[in-house]
Amino acid sequence: MVILHLAIILPFIFALLAPLLNRLLPRVHTGWLMLPVPVVLFAYMLSLIPVIREQGDLEGTIPWIPSLGVDFHVYADGLSLLFALLITGIGSLVLLYSIFYLDKNKEKLVHFYVYLMLFMGAMFGLVMSDNLMVLYSFWELTSISSFLLIAFWHKREKSRYGALKSMVITVFGGLAMFAGFLLLYVMTGTFSIREIMGDASAIANHALFIPAMLLILLGAFTKSAQFPFHIWLPDAMEAPTPVSAYLHSATMVKAGIYLVARMSPIFAGEALWLWLVSGLGLLTLVYGSYRALKQVDLKSMLAFSTISQLGLIMSLFGLGSAAALYTGTAQAEFYSKATMAAVFHLLNHAIFKGALFMVVGIVDHETGTRDIRKLGGLMSVMPITFTIAMIGSFSMAGIPPFNGFLSKEMFFTAMLNIRTMELFGMEAWGTLFPVIAWVASIFTFVYSMLLVFRTFGGKAQFDKLEKKPHEAPLGMLISPVVLATLVIVFGLFPNLASYSLIEPAMAAVHPGLLSPGEQFMVSISLWHGLTIELFMTIGVATVGILLFLMHKRTAVLNQPLFAKAILNRSYDGGMRMMERLSGAITRVYMTGSIRHYLIYIFVFLILAIGMTLFSEDALKVDTTGFADMTFYEAAILIALVLSSVSVLFVTSRLTAIILTGAVGYLVALFFVIFRAPDLALTQLSVETVSVALFLLCFYHLPKLKKELVSLRFKLGNFIIALGVGTIMTLVALSASGTRPFQSISHYFLENSYKLAGGKNVVNVILVDFRGFDTMFEIVVLGIASFGIYSMIRLKLKEDGAEGG
Amino acid sequence: MELYMSLAIGVLFTVGVYLILSKSLLRIILGTSFITHGVHLLLLTMSRLKTGAAPLLGEQAESYVDPLPQALILTSIVISFGVTSFFIVLAYKAYQKLGTDDMEQLRGEQNE
Repeated sequence: MVILHLAIILPFIFALLAPLLNRLLPRVHTGWLMLPVPVVLFAYMLSLIPVIREQGDLEGTIPWIPSLGVDFHVYADGLSLLFALLITGIGSLVLLYSIFYLDKNKEKLVHFYVYLMLFMGAMFGLVMSDNLMVLYSFWELTSISSFLLIAFWHKREKSRYGALKSMVITVFGGLAMFAGFLLLYVMTGTFSIREIMGDASAIANHALFIPAMLLILLGAFTKSAQFPFHIWLPDAMEAPTPVSAYLHSATMVKAGIYLVARMSPIFAGEALWLWLVSGLGLLTLVYGSYRALKQVDLKSMLAFSTISQLGLIMSLFGLGSAAALYTGTAQAEFYSKATMAAVFHLLNHAIFKGALFMVVGIVDHETGTRDIRKLGGLMSVMPITFTIAMIGSFSMAGIPPFNGFLSKEMFFTAMLNIRTMELFGMEAWGTLFPVIAWVASIFTFVYSMLLVFRTFGGKAQFDKLEKKPHEAPLGMLISPVVLATLVIVFGLFPNLASYSLIEPAMAAVHPGLLSPGEQFMVSISLWHGLTIELFMTIGVATVGILLFLMHKRTAVLNQPLFAKAILNRSYDGGMRMMERLSGAITRVYMTGSIRHYLIYIFVFLILAIGMTLFSEDALKVDTTGFADMTFYEAAILIALVLSSVSVLFVTSRLTAIILTGAVGYLVALFFVIFRAPDLALTQLSVETVSVALFLLCFYHLPKLKKELVSLRFKLGNFIIALGVGTIMTLVALSASGTRPFQSISHYFLENSYKLAGGKNVVNVILVDFRGFDTMFEIVVLGIASFGIYSMIRLKLKEDGAEGG
Repeated sequence: MELYMSLAIGVLFTVGVYLILSKSLLRIILGTSFITHGVHLLLLTMSRLKTGAAPLLGEQAESYVDPLPQALILTSIVISFGVTSFFIVLAYKAYQKLGTDDMEQLRGEQNE
């Protein structure tokens, strides 16, 4: 399947070419050069619709790391196709919009389009990947390119803050998801999603099944801005508006939803999955719609609105998973209506939210502000923009005849259906679902109305605006007009989408429900009779209109409940606290004093060796075979101990050096006694030279004054020193007490003369048997002497600069 | 003898570590010499003491002491000599440049 691979790689190629093309055609807005990519991809994807519907799914593979089971395996089914169409379709429109939105001379266009192309390719690859590792790679690439796009105006403090926040949260989730993928691999031995689906029933009782599910959900929830990980999305609104429209409403935030839908065949049927996905989705829905009411910035309002709509879709996918419990029966189809609603709303939301963001961008562009308190009365000045905004908002609010109405009705249906379920405690709690959904819909209705009528209705207050508002240029209006048209088209003729997009997508989410050759029959009609759902919608509209009219008066809505943004504060506070804590910890132990570091090292040495000695019961002293001690040896030993200990008490520098020299000579004497003539010779000469060196250098140093230190300082040092000494004695004793195997020295003794022709065995070892040691020891001496020479020659200048 | 040698090695290590933990640069370098001596004696003691004649085949003895540790110690003596002499000169230059040999004053800048 080379074409599908090529399609994924195409945006990356253009991302590479963008700087070059810009250089070659400097007069053309870079956006025009990039525009063909999504258009061509969109056309290709459209051509795949009948192919996938009639002939089944497409797949193809290119080996990447075959030894690890990681292959660039692409797989296009109904769900991928739906997402791919959204990505390329809205991508084309956003590119077109951005050409008119971004100024050619003021902005770094090449950067913008490189990032955008990277994002497009990554998102496209994400929805097409069958291999979990490839999916994860694309997933992280969307995080990175989104990070770059949010901070596009990187000179602004808030842009950088928003980019960093979104990066931290989404990458945190991405890593969790990666761990979940690895757990899936551990359970099934494959990275292929389709093969894992095949094993789904086999791994359902595996101990790692629930952890894998939770980790993957964490990834999905952070990416799709579900409560309480939604906090990055409002801050990501610092991005240029085309980016907000594309990434933060239509595509990237739906990656988590894609993941949930894609993983549904594996995890559906698990109570935890149903409750977590639908419960958290509903919570996000209510919370997001409530918070959207509070916003005065249009983009923030849309951000919270996106959060709440994503919660809606998420909860529907959660409820749809109930269908997996009833294979092949009418009940399954009953519950799978939730999935149908989810897929349909996914499509609708991408369309109307894209349009709304573009509208807000136009308002911002033409008036210089997005603050709802400064805006008003734009209806007469910007009639086209107003019309688009109205269509988008009414669709979002769920008013007929727009497409939002249909998906809202289906949403209510799904919520009502779940009450009848008799599993997982639904009989007790199921009634809550439609109630929460209804309340959230009212909030949605109110903020949608606020969005339109605060911006375009009411009194005009043009004196507060930076610019004199006027209608946007035609080019900027094309994309939102197209989207608004689609809102109406899908509202009036919903079956256009149902046949080509929704049915295949449902088949992908519920692969087990259908027998081969069968297809979901989705039929959505604008008028479906007097149902409970219709009355619920009428209720939403009635209460919503009342609340909107009383908005200024109703205490409930104006109350700064939640306005303190507890979650953002805890995020910021948490970040600050972690920084401070790690800083404090580092300051505590990284003191800069070499003595402290040595203390850590010695204490660790004492503890590690001491504990090992006792835990392994290694402390055995076997005195048999120990040599006797004669009078001379005892005398030297006592002299050694005495001179060493007295070094601690002397105050004169000269005495200390001489005492150290004495210890060296006594060691040489020991070498004599212990039959080591060469060692004795070397030790004597080395000691002499060392002492001379000491005297030579330290003649210039200040007198070794008695250290003016506290008793605690001395006592601490002494305890540690004594500990090290004791440990070394114990190690020496237990090591010399045992001899696990014979020494190899008899070989040297036997062969020294025979093979090497020398009778001094030590010298033969040094230059013959183990000559390499000697060679490098000579190198050490050479380096030391060069070092000393250059240090002495080095003239240190007063200003600290070095020269020689 | 090994028992007493082990105790003496312990004393050498104690003195060495105590000196290393002090403030004066000279004491620290002296401390390293003590630890070096301790290590050399430890190496020698570990291979059993006085088990025969010196490892010179001309002696025609029944048995000889282990020659291998002696070779190792010899290498070590030379290396530690090289390192010590380097340190001494380094300390001398540091004192010349910075005017102190107090380790607490040689801490470097805060927040470098």
